[in-house]
Amino acid sequence: MDAANYLYLAALLFTIGAVGVVVRRNAIVVFMCIELMLNAANLAFVTFSRINGDLNGQVVAFFTMVVAACEVVVGLAIIVTIYRSRRSASVDDASLLKR
Amino acid sequence: MTTSNSLVYLIALPLLGATILLLAGRRADKWGHILGTLMSASAFAVGLYQLSQMLGRSNEARPVTQKLFEWISVGTFNVDAGLLLDQLSICFVLLITGVGTLIHIYSISYMSHDHDRRRFFAYLNLFIAAMLLLVLGNSYLNLYVGWEGVGLASYLLIGFWNQKPAYATASKKAFVMNRIGDMGLSFAIMIAFATLGTVSFEGIKAASGTASTAALTAIGIMLLVAATGKSAQFPLQAWLGDAMAGPTPVSALIHAATMVTAGVYLITRSNFIFDAAPTAQLLVVIVGAITLLFGALIGTAKDDIKKALAASTMSQIGYMILGAGLGPVGYAFAIMHLLTHGFFKAGMFLGAGSVMHGMNDEVNMRKYGALRKFMPITFATFGLGYLAILGVPPFAGFYSKDMIIETAFNSGGSKGIILGTVTLLGAGITAFYMTRVMILTFTGKARWDEEAHPHESPLLMWLPMVVLAVGSVSSGFLLSRGDALVNWLSPLFAEHGEHSELMKPIVVSGLALAMVAIGVAIAFLKYSRQEVAAVAPEDVSVFTKIARQDLMQDRFNEAVFMRTGQQLTQVLVKTDEAVIDGAVRGVGRLALGSGSILRGMQTGFVRSYAALILIGAALLIAAIWVVVQ
Amino acid sequence: MVDLALAVGQTQTPEAVMFWILAPLTVAAALGMLLVKKAVHSAILMASVMINLAFFYIAQDALFLGIVQIVVYTGAVMMLFLFILMLVGVDSSDSLTETITGLRPIAITAAVGFGGLMVSLLGRATLGRGAVGLESANSNGNVKGLAKLLFSTYVWPFEVVSALLITAALGAMVLAHHQRIQTRPTQRQLSTQRFRGKSLANAAGLPGPGVFARHNAVDVPALLPDGTPAQNSINATLEARGDMLNSGVFELGKVDTSAGEEK
Repeated sequence: MDAANYLYLAALLFTIGAVGVVVRRNAIVVFMCIELMLNAANLAFVTFSRINGDLNGQVVAFFTMVVAACEVVVGLAIIVTIYRSRRSASVDDASLLKR
Repeated sequence: MTTSNSLVYLIALPLLGATILLLAGRRADKWGHILGTLMSASAFAVGLYQLSQMLGRSNEARPVTQKLFEWISVGTFNVDAGLLLDQLSICFVLLITGVGTLIHIYSISYMSHDHDRRRFFAYLNLFIAAMLLLVLGNSYLNLYVGWEGVGLASYLLIGFWNQKPAYATASKKAFVMNRIGDMGLSFAIMIAFATLGTVSFEGIKAASGTASTAALTAIGIMLLVAATGKSAQFPLQAWLGDAMAGPTPVSALIHAATMVTAGVYLITRSNFIFDAAPTAQLLVVIVGAITLLFGALIGTAKDDIKKALAASTMSQIGYMILGAGLGPVGYAFAIMHLLTHGFFKAGMFLGAGSVMHGMNDEVNMRKYGALRKFMPITFATFGLGYLAILGVPPFAGFYSKDMIIETAFNSGGSKGIILGTVTLLGAGITAFYMTRVMILTFTGKARWDEEAHPHESPLLMWLPMVVLAVGSVSSGFLLSRGDALVNWLSPLFAEHGEHSELMKPIVVSGLALAMVAIGVAIAFLKYSRQEVAAVAPEDVSVFTKIARQDLMQDRFNEAVFMRTGQQLTQVLVKTDEAVIDGAVRGVGRLALGSGSILRGMQTGFVRSYAALILIGAALLIAAIWVVVQ
Repeated sequence: MVDLALAVGQTQTPEAVMFWILAPLTVAAALGMLLVKKAVHSAILMASVMINLAFFYIAQDALFLGIVQIVVYTGAVMMLFLFILMLVGVDSSDSLTETITGLRPIAITAAVGFGGLMVSLLGRATLGRGAVGLESANSNGNVKGLAKLLFSTYVWPFEVVSALLITAALGAMVLAHHQRIQTRPTQRQLSTQRFRGKSLANAAGLPGPGVFARHNAVDVPALLPDGTPAQNSINATLEARGDMLNSGVFELGKVDTSAGEEK
């Protein structure tokens, strides 16, 4: 089996996450889809690390995880704040830019 | 070259006076005129001190310089604010401060009833300072500052009584016409810098030997334009008559003795340029010849005493310009005529002011007559000035004007004959109109209005007139005795070879006196033997009518420049509205239209933006796919 | 040599087995995440995707990352997601009909294009090249190797990332912080409000939920003596979320009292 298979899997997962971000309306699900995309990227990094035979890819994946954690914290706080004022977690309700 | 630290006081003292008087406001009303006069007098004292210092030195060491500060330093272009006092400047300094002080004294009394006398003195001091800067600047750029300064002071003083719209318009007219001349000066400076790389007198004098004749001719013509504007020479002379709207002391100081002669100073100072540019020099002579006849002809038709004197000033400056245009041989005579003219014309203007003072500010000479008995001192001083301007020996004008006529005759060839004839003719016409002024004002029957009570002016007014009259009598003799002024100025000008003598001086003098006698006789016959109408007659020849209208100069300007200018402006306004505004509005509409189209893309839904990002990412990958292939 | 390189570059058979079992499961879970209505189900599927990914990490000699993936992602991050879901409402399910016209086909077309191009690109880029493997890099152990890199080459990014973490924590606190606009009413003011109000009905306190009703859960309003439900006996949030049961069915007279007691 070729290590590139992991890369194909990562590309597939990334695409699924991207579609989810566009298609789903629940802000929390949108967020989970973003996490899915980040994880797909991590998988690619780990695979590259293996292909190249050094650990730099794994270090980058590690940093991605930290950044993702930060992002989740802030993003979920924003969702809570929006929910508190608008009683809704739908991203379509926060379309004030139009008006 | 000698340096001195005291030159700056010449300018600083009157400038300080102007500053104090303008800033102190009404608080200075009580003592403002005294301060102004003191400042002018102290500048005169500094001038006398400088003269005494200068006399004690040898010819070469006489010029004095002072560097004030580094003014402009850009790349290779360096101009210091520096002053230069040489044999030429000292003549002007003494004339400006001397006559200026006398006129300050005269104004104390003349303006005593004016509410704004303090402001008047502030402007006078400002004028003195600017005029001194003009003649003391050591480069064309420094001169330019003074040049603009006197223009400003002239504008402020002509429009001193700007509550009268006609006076305000007159000041504006003077200012605008002066701008044309100022433009000439600025062009001259720019050309000088572009071709010679310097704007200082010294630098240009050194460079003029090697510079191309074309560049020097261009500079010379531009300097001539400047001179015609400031000195009211043809074709920019129309403002001087209207400038008489200012108070009479102003007319005497600025528009007779000093500022209007700045053009003569400029040409004399630039002698090294004109000597190397014969075409420009010829133009100077032509301008001078035209103006001296032009002014004299206008003078014959004017009933307003000040305007008649203004026309005379124009004509006399024409003599000076002509003299300056004759080259090295004529510069000294132009300056001599300038100095003597400064005395007798200022004296006559002050006399005219004195007459107006006694006649309820009436200026129409047809309403005068028989004032000799009522104003003996004014009559005497005016009469001495009259004899001086006519050129009757031994009065001042005889020495200076005859020299110019003689030099004109001797300038060689047909040019000499034409110029000589013109100057002789001018002398005759001058005699005619000045005699007319004398007769209409002082002799004959009284044609006054009922409420007129002519009386002699107070001491403060007649004293300056007497001093100036003494100058009118003696200055010519003193300046030409043993060629004093010619020798004094000779280090500044190029050597001139002996000219072919067309006529002996005695013959020229005889001819000139004959012309004067003819002029006087005609005037005598026309105005003393016949009754003079108190109202100007209308059934006069077409020439008189034209002369009364300043030889159609205003109409010409209006038809040729103002109307076309207005049409040009209208075209420009339309162009501005259609093209420039159209372009600007078009840009606005473009932004508006494209904005309203692109607005449709902004749904405000975050998911549509995410979809756009996704499309962008797909396109990016596609691009990479294509490139990598 | 060529054979050896090929042998090193190929994944071993057990790994291939694991991959072909887990990869379809992962893709299915990811797709399910998109398609299920309830956010909680999405979260569960997400957690399973992450656990699968942890297996993949470990299979690729990234032991440390695999453990962290489970601890941090499935443990902490997913817990946070679930926690927020609870806060916002677990039961709420999304309608999957699209409200923005044309968005879904555009998105799917773009995604298919993106994915397809990506896969073909990957295929071209890596085809014919074997993996080096991490045996030598991990000779001192994966954690040691990573730590050596983190604290030497990547020490500056590491510090910056720590600053980012602190900033994010502070940011979340600021966002969650609720600024009080009015001063907190004192006990005296509350009492005054209670007794000087329009009626004395609530002077003795609000009724508790479930009183005199057949159910005494927090989402069942109390019944008043006349048998009508007392709306102010339950929390307003429950009512707003529609989680309130209608106690009308328990009204006296409607309930079949003839029935025998529950055994």
